[in-house]
Amino acid sequence: MIELKNVSKTFTLHNQGSAIIEVTNDVSLKVSAGECVALTGASGAGKSTLMRMIYGNYLSQAGEIRIGDVDLVRAEPREVIALRREILGYVSQFLRVVPRVPTLEVVAEPLRAIGIGAEEAEERAQSLLAQLNIPQRLWSLSPTTFSGGEQQRVNIARGFAHSYPAMLLDEPTASLDATNREVVLSLIEAAKARGAAIIGIFHDEAARARVCDREIDVSRFTPKAAA
Amino acid sequence: MTPLLSVHGITKHYGTHIGCADVSFDLYPGEVMGIVGESGSGKSTLLNCMAGHLAPDAGAVVFDTRTDGPKDTVTMSEPERRMLGRTDWAFVHQHARDGLRMGVSAGGNVGERLMAVGERHYGDIRNRATDWLDRVEIDAGRVDDRPTTFSGGMQQRLQIARNLVTGPRLVFMDEPTGGLDVSVQARLLDLLRGLVRDMGLSAIIVTHDLAVVRLLADRLMVMKSGRVVEAGLTDQVLDDPQHAYSQLLVSSVLQV
Ligand SMILES: Nc1ncnc2c1ncn2[C@@H]1O[C@H](COP(=O)(O)OP(=O)(O)OP(=O)(O)O)[C@@H](O)[C@H]1O
Ligand SMILES: Nc1ncnc2c1ncn2[C@@H]1O[C@H](COP(=O)(O)OP(=O)(O)OP(=O)(O)O)[C@@H](O)[C@H]1O
Ligand SMILES: [Mg+2]
Ligand SMILES: [Mg+2]
Repeated sequence: MIELKNVSKTFTLHNQGSAIIEVTNDVSLKVSAGECVALTGASGAGKSTLMRMIYGNYLSQAGEIRIGDVDLVRAEPREVIALRREILGYVSQFLRVVPRVPTLEVVAEPLRAIGIGAEEAEERAQSLLAQLNIPQRLWSLSPTTFSGGEQQRVNIARGFAHSYPAMLLDEPTASLDATNREVVLSLIEAAKARGAAIIGIFHDEAARARVCDREIDVSRFTPKAAA
Repeated sequence: MTPLLSVHGITKHYGTHIGCADVSFDLYPGEVMGIVGESGSGKSTLLNCMAGHLAPDAGAVVFDTRTDGPKDTVTMSEPERRMLGRTDWAFVHQHARDGLRMGVSAGGNVGERLMAVGERHYGDIRNRATDWLDRVEIDAGRVDDRPTTFSGGMQQRLQIARNLVTGPRLVFMDEPTGGLDVSVQARLLDLLRGLVRDMGLSAIIVTHDLAVVRLLADRLMVMKSGRVVEAGLTDQVLDDPQHAYSQLLVSSVLQV
C-alpha cells in the first residue's frame, strides 16, 4: 500500500548562509495492507520528517513515494489533495482548525469531504467523540479553547472518522491518560483489522510493542557526516 | 479534467515598471488558490488582469465557459466579458465599499446582481436576497438599511452575499479579511470555507495572511517583484519552502 524507493531529503536554508541539512538518504521501505510499522530513532533522526515526506508536505529531492497509484514525489497538488481526501490519513501532533467551528463538525469534516451526508457524518463523529471520552457538552464548542489532551483526542477522532486505507500517526498516544491511550490503541487495532497500512511514531514503547508489527530505525538512513 | 481557469504568460507593465510578469497556472474546479507576497509584488495587478479589470500586455486567461467551453477572456468581446463578471465570476474587493453600492439598501445590493442577470420577479428577488443575508449572518431586520450603517465586517459579508447570489463558479478575492479584527476574520473564514465546500466553487485569494491561506487554500503561489517564485501545495510551501524569498516570508511570521 505504501512504498518508498530510494527517497532522499535535504533542507537548504537560503537565509542562513545556504546551510544544507541532509536529513535522510536512500530510504526504501514497504508497508502492506493490515500492517503497522513503527519509525524509531533518536530525537532529530528524521522520523517526523520522513512522515511529512510521505504525507507530501515536505518535498523529497529524489526517489519515489507510492501510495496506491500516486507518486507523491511527482504528483500535482490536486492529486495530493485527492489522495489525502480518500486514501491517506494523517494524525499530526497538533490540531489545526478554523476558529469558531464546533468540535462535532471538525470531526465530521473528513466524511463530509468525501460526500457523506451531514447526518451520517455527525453520527460517526458523535460515536468517536464519545469513545474518546470528550464530554458531550463540549461537542458544540470550538476545540480551540480545549486542553492539550482534549485537543489531541479531537484530532484523533477526526483522523479516524474516515476509514483511510493508509494512515500516518505521529505520537498518537502522547499526553493521554491510560483510559484514552487504550481507546486509541484499540482504534489502531481496528484500523489494521480492516486492512489499513499504518506508519506510526510512538515514544511509548509498550504501545509500540502492542500495535506495531515491525520497527524501522530511521537513523540507518542518516547520511554520514561529510568530513 | 478541463481546468476551470488556465492562465498563460500574463504580463502587465505600468510604463517601464513591472506590475506582474509571465504568470502561468491552471486552476481546477473546486480548488482554492492563495497568492501571497510582499506589498507591491503584483498580486492585485495579477488578480485584476485575470478578472478582466485590467488589460494585460501579454498572455491569455482561458476560462471554461458553460456554453462554449474554454475561451480566452482577454480577447473576448467586452459585453461577453462583462456578462461573465455578472454570472460565473465574482470579485470580492479588499475594501467593501469598492464592491458595494453604498446608496442602495443591503437587500438592494444583493438583489441588483440578480436583476442584472435577468431576474424580474420582485418577490423572488427579495426572498433570495434575504436568504443570502441570512447565510452571511446579517439579520433579516437589516435588509432595508444601507451599508453605510453597517460595521466593516458586516459590509464585507454583505459584499460576499452580493457576489455569491448568482451562483458564480469562480471567485476572485483581494484581501477579503484585511482590516477586520480577528474574531470577525474567523467568522468570515468559516463562512467562505463552508461555501467552497457546499457550492463547489473555485477561488483565488490574494492575502498577506499566511494563517488565512493555511486554512482556506489548497494551493499557494508566492510572488516577488511581479514574478511567481514558488508554487505548490499550501502546506508544502509553508512547511518546506524551497525559494529564498518564501523561506524569508514564512520565517518572518510567528508559527502558522
Ligand atoms: N522544516 C525544516 N527545515 C529545516 N530543518 C528541518 C525542518 N524539519 C526538520 N528539520 C531537521 O531535520 C532533522 C530531523 O528532524 P525530525 O523532526 O524529523 O526529527 P524526529 O526524529 O522526528 O525527532 P523527535 O523525536 O525529536 O520528534 C532535524 O535536524 C531537524 O532540525
Ligand atoms: N495604476 C498603477 N500605475 C503605476 N504603477 C502601479 C499601478 N498599480 C500598481 N502599480 C505598481 O505595480 C506594482 C504591483 O502593484 P500591486 O498593486 O499589484 O501590488 P500588490 O502585490 O497587490 O501589493 P499590496 O500587497 O500592497 O496590495 C507595484 O510596484 C505598484 O507600485
Ligand atoms: Mg518528531
Ligand atoms: Mg494589492
